[in-house]
Amino acid sequence: MEQLIQQIASGLANGAIYASLALALVMIFVSTDHINFAQGEMAMFSAYVCWQMMQWGLNFWIALPLVALGSFFAGVAIQRIILQPLHNAPVLSVVVVFIGLLTIFHSLAGGIWSFTIKEFPSPFPKVVFAGSGYLGSHQVGMILVTLLLLVGLYAFFRFTPLGLAMRAAAQNPASARLVGVRVDWMLALGWGLAAAVGAVAGAMVAPVVYLEPNMMASILLYGFASALVGGISSPGGAVAGGFIVGVLENLIAYFGNLLEKASGLYLIGNGEKLSVALVIVIIVLTLKPDGLFGQVSVKRV
Amino acid sequence: MAKLLEVAGLKAYYGPTQALFDVSFSLDQGGVITLLGANGAGKSTTLRAICGMVRADGSIQLDGKSIGGKATEDIVRLGVGHVPEGRGTFARLSVDENLRVAAHVRKDRAAALRDRDMVLEYFPILKARLSQQAGTLSGGEQQMLAISRALMLGPRLMLLDEPSFGLAPLIVQEIFRIMRRINAESGVSMLLVEQNAALALDLADHAYVLETGRVVMAGAAAVVKSDAAIRKSYLGY
Repeated sequence: MEQLIQQIASGLANGAIYASLALALVMIFVSTDHINFAQGEMAMFSAYVCWQMMQWGLNFWIALPLVALGSFFAGVAIQRIILQPLHNAPVLSVVVVFIGLLTIFHSLAGGIWSFTIKEFPSPFPKVVFAGSGYLGSHQVGMILVTLLLLVGLYAFFRFTPLGLAMRAAAQNPASARLVGVRVDWMLALGWGLAAAVGAVAGAMVAPVVYLEPNMMASILLYGFASALVGGISSPGGAVAGGFIVGVLENLIAYFGNLLEKASGLYLIGNGEKLSVALVIVIIVLTLKPDGLFGQVSVKRV
Repeated sequence: MAKLLEVAGLKAYYGPTQALFDVSFSLDQGGVITLLGANGAGKSTTLRAICGMVRADGSIQLDGKSIGGKATEDIVRLGVGHVPEGRGTFARLSVDENLRVAAHVRKDRAAALRDRDMVLEYFPILKARLSQQAGTLSGGEQQMLAISRALMLGPRLMLLDEPSFGLAPLIVQEIFRIMRRINAESGVSMLLVEQNAALALDLADHAYVLETGRVVMAGAAAVVKSDAAIRKSYLGY
């Protein structure tokens, strides 16, 4: 029983990271209908920059806002310079650009910081608290930071004029232009926010998976799965999806282990966790293409 | 009288297809004109061309300044409120948010608040629906919202694309009655595109009849209305 609770708790912690990455994916998807395959590598690069700043002696809590801000402007610049000229291009061209970005960030990180694995210290103090038998302080910190991020973004979209303009632009670009919203800039802003959210996710997960250019590959896959489970058009759904996927993968591995112990039959275990994510993607896409919380997309013919 | 809008030799294209060939007309400060004609005559395209939504050539002057080639959002910010065909309300935003998003371009906060009170006075039904999602409104209410949203921009010129489309006759009458009030009270000039010629001619002071992308007839609304030959050959009633 204790082990089960522990698995669920650490699933929530992993889920927090999937949730942030899913949130970043949704941010770009709702306004452009594109899935940014380079999201993970961008987050990885931001994490490296954060690490570098800490190497230079900066405190993590000063470095992270700086990196998030820098990533925001980099995201805006990528949209304005690379993707804006492609706004009428077929989807496939955009996908090629995403793959190009992925490769560029990957080799850039490897080139600058080498491909050897680096340790990334946890920014959260090691304290003993009630329930610390189930969750480490870093895991609790990850969950809190993710929830904080979500609340902040929710408040931004819900209560600020700029957030409202971004929602309008995402929903109906033509109408948004007719009320004076600068739609192209709203898309760039969406990219900036996604990059900043990704930067936070990268810095949060780096102490867990260690710093290396491939660190986000599997996490991005979980991020996709989370976004799809929650509904790729719903930010709240993406976060819920993240936690669901995080807990689900741990539970499946846990029950797989139980089964093996009880009957000696090895069906599924820790090694198959990643495949679980893919299976989830396929099941969701088949049964509920709009996700658990997604808007059903209807097009008038 | 000073001209608010002067369009001369307007041509417009959808890809390689030319939709407008030579459209010229002008609108007085505070006036109302209507573009009439059959489906596909180029009425909506003319409105879209004025707002920079389609590729267009020719001269478009707002208050003596050329707005041809400008981006839609910049033209809108000069005081052009376009109520598009099909209303174009933000279905998943609340009525209140639909109004607020239009007000966010305004620099004068106090004026925006006054305009908000004004549109809610014109369309009291929207007041009761402020927190409701726009997509749940009836067709007539959505049209009222679309007009209100355009008014929240504090426009000098309103472009109205078939405000009567798909609505019950009683609702249409009410909307036209309020549009007349808006024109009289706030002095907003209007360029109205309508299928319902009789209704449009009641509201407008000048009418232009379009046929396959060209102005084929123009005149005072009263004259067009009373001329049986024009009515028969161009307007079909």
